[in-house]
Amino acid sequence: MADPASRFAGARPDGWALLKRNRPAMISLAFVVLIGVASLVVPWLMPADLKETSSATFLPPLATHASGAIHLCGTDVNGQDLFYRLLTGARVSLGIGILGAIISLLIGTAYGMVAGFLGGRVDAAMMRFVDVIYSVPRLLFIMVFISALDSYLKLGLDNTRLWAQAQHWVWLERSTAGLLPYSKLLVMVVSLGLVEWLTMARIVRGQVLVLREMAFVTASRAMGQGTFTILRRHLLPNLSTIILTYLTLTIPAVILDESFLSFLGLGIEDPAASWGSLLKDGAQVINPLESKWWLLAFPAVLMSISLLALNFLGDGLRDAFDPKSAD
Amino acid sequence: MLAFIFRRLLSSALVLFCVVSVTVLLSFVMKGGPFDREKPPPEHIQKALLARYKLSGNTWERYTSYMSDLVRGDLRVSFRYRDWTVAEVLAQKLPNSLKLGAVAFLIASIGGVLLGSVAALKRDQLLDWSAMFGALLLISVPTFITGPCLIAVFGLWLKVLPVGGWGRWEHVILPACCLAGPYLAYVARLMRNSLIEVMKSEFMRTARAKGVSDTQALARHAMKVAILPVVTFLGPLAANLLTGSMVVETVFNISGAGTVFVNSLQNRDYFLLVGAVAVYCALVILFNFIVDVLYGFLDKRIKVYG
Repeated sequence: MADPASRFAGARPDGWALLKRNRPAMISLAFVVLIGVASLVVPWLMPADLKETSSATFLPPLATHASGAIHLCGTDVNGQDLFYRLLTGARVSLGIGILGAIISLLIGTAYGMVAGFLGGRVDAAMMRFVDVIYSVPRLLFIMVFISALDSYLKLGLDNTRLWAQAQHWVWLERSTAGLLPYSKLLVMVVSLGLVEWLTMARIVRGQVLVLREMAFVTASRAMGQGTFTILRRHLLPNLSTIILTYLTLTIPAVILDESFLSFLGLGIEDPAASWGSLLKDGAQVINPLESKWWLLAFPAVLMSISLLALNFLGDGLRDAFDPKSAD
Repeated sequence: MLAFIFRRLLSSALVLFCVVSVTVLLSFVMKGGPFDREKPPPEHIQKALLARYKLSGNTWERYTSYMSDLVRGDLRVSFRYRDWTVAEVLAQKLPNSLKLGAVAFLIASIGGVLLGSVAALKRDQLLDWSAMFGALLLISVPTFITGPCLIAVFGLWLKVLPVGGWGRWEHVILPACCLAGPYLAYVARLMRNSLIEVMKSEFMRTARAKGVSDTQALARHAMKVAILPVVTFLGPLAANLLTGSMVVETVFNISGAGTVFVNSLQNRDYFLLVGAVAVYCALVILFNFIVDVLYGFLDKRIKVYG
C-alpha cells in the first residue's frame, strides 16, 4: 500500500494503485485473462466429434450437431465447429502476440540499454539505425522472409521426422509431425519479433539516458561495479514497469501484423487457424445471395474486442507507470 | 544544411541498396521456381529458360547481373504476365496504389491533426474522451474488418458511395478512409499529447501574459511546436500506408501494386517481386528524405546529424 504521508510529500502514488483504480484497464485485464484461459481450457473440454470436420457445412449458430451437442457459433466450410476454431485461433493469435512481443522485448531492451548507456556517437549511430528501419516498409520484408525461410524449415522438420522414424524415436517423430503445420507460425513469430522491437528500444534508451545520470549509478560506479553489472543490477529493475507497459502494447501490434499476413494468405495455414485466417476464410465464402454472416461476425468481434482490451490495458499501464511519454 | 542534405541523400541510397540486395538474395534462395510445374520440363529446356531469363549461374552471379541491370534502370521481365516487363506492370498498377495512398495520407495527417487538436483543447471533457476512445478503437480494429463495415454502411445501407469499382473519384473515398483510419487515430493521439504538453510550457504563458489572445497563441506559437512529432511520424506513416494498402486493395478489389506484390510472392515471380520492393522502397525512402529535410527547416533547435 502507498504510504499516505508520501502523497503529501508530493510523491506520485504507487503505479499499481493507480492501475487498480483505472476501471477500463482492469475490465480489459479480466477480459484478456478470460479469453486466454478459455482458449486453453475449453477446447479440451469440448466433445471430440464437434472438433472434427464433417459434412454439416455452414450450419448457422445454435444448430445442433448429430450427437446432440450445440454448435454455439455455427460451422464453417469444412463442417468444423466455429466456436472451437475461434478458441484455437485465439490460442494461436495470442500465442504469436505474446511470443513475438517477448522476442521484441529482449532485442529492444538490450539494444536500448546499450545505446542509452554508452551514449555519444554510438548512441547516435544506433538510434539512426532504428530511425532508418522505422521508415522502411517492414511487413514487406516479413512476407519475403517468411516465403523464403518457411520451405527450408519445413524441409528440415520433415527430414528430422524421417530420421526419427528410422531411429524409431516415436516421441521425436510425433512432435516434428505435429510441428509441421505450424512451421510458418514459427518463422512468423521470430520475424515479427525481429521488426517490432523498435519502439521498445527507443523507450528504453530514453529512460536509460535519464537513469544513468542518477546518483545511485555514480555510487555503484564509485564502488567499482562494471558496466554490465550496473545495467543488470541497477538499471533493469528500474526499467521493469516500462518494459511491462510496452510489452503489453506490443502484443496487439504483433497480433495485428499476424492477422494482416494471414488475411493475405501468407500466414497461418490450415489446419492451424488464427483470427486473421478465420476472417480470410469467412471473406472467401461470403456472397450476397446466401449470407453466412457468422463466419465473419464472430471472429471479427472477438478479435476487435481482444485487441481493444489489450490496448486499453497497455494504455492504463502507461498512464500508471510512464505518464510523461504517452505515445 | 547542404552538407546535411548530401549526407542524407547518400545514406538513403545506401539504405535502398541494402534493402534491394536483401530482397534479391532472399528471392533467389526461395524454394520453388517460376518454372515448377507438375511435370517439370526436360533438362535442356529448363536450361534454356533459365538462360533466357538471365537466371543461370550461381547465386552471386545472378545477384551481380541483376543489380547491374537494376542500376541501369532495367527491371527485367515478369514470368507470370507474359510479354510484360516488370516496369510495364508496375507502371500500370502503381498509380492506383499511389492515388489511394496519397488520399489516405492526406486524410490521416490532416484529420489526425484536427481531431487531436480538438481533443487537446477540450481536454478531459466528453468530446476528448469519445475522440480518444474512437481513436483506440480504430487502432485496434484491423482494416479488413473496418473495410467491409464501411461498405455495408455507406455502400449498401445509406447508398451514398459506390460499393466497389475503380476509376472515378468517389471510388477512392471508402478505401482511402479505411486505409487512413488507424493512422488518423495514431496521429490524433500523437497530436493531442504533444499539444497538451506544449500548452503547459512557459512560452505559452509568456504569450498569454503579454496579451496575445488564446486563438492567436494557439495558431502562432503552440501549433508550430506541437506539430513536430507528427512531422517525424510522416515518414513511417508513408511506409505503413504502403503495406496497409495491400490489405485494403484486397478488401476493395482494387488492382494496385499491393496485389501485384502479394501475387508475385505466391507465384515466385522473382523479378516482379524484387521490382515491386525496389520501387516501393525507393518511394518511401525518397519521401523520408524529403520529410527529414523539411524537419531540418521547421525545427531550428534540432542539431541535424547524418
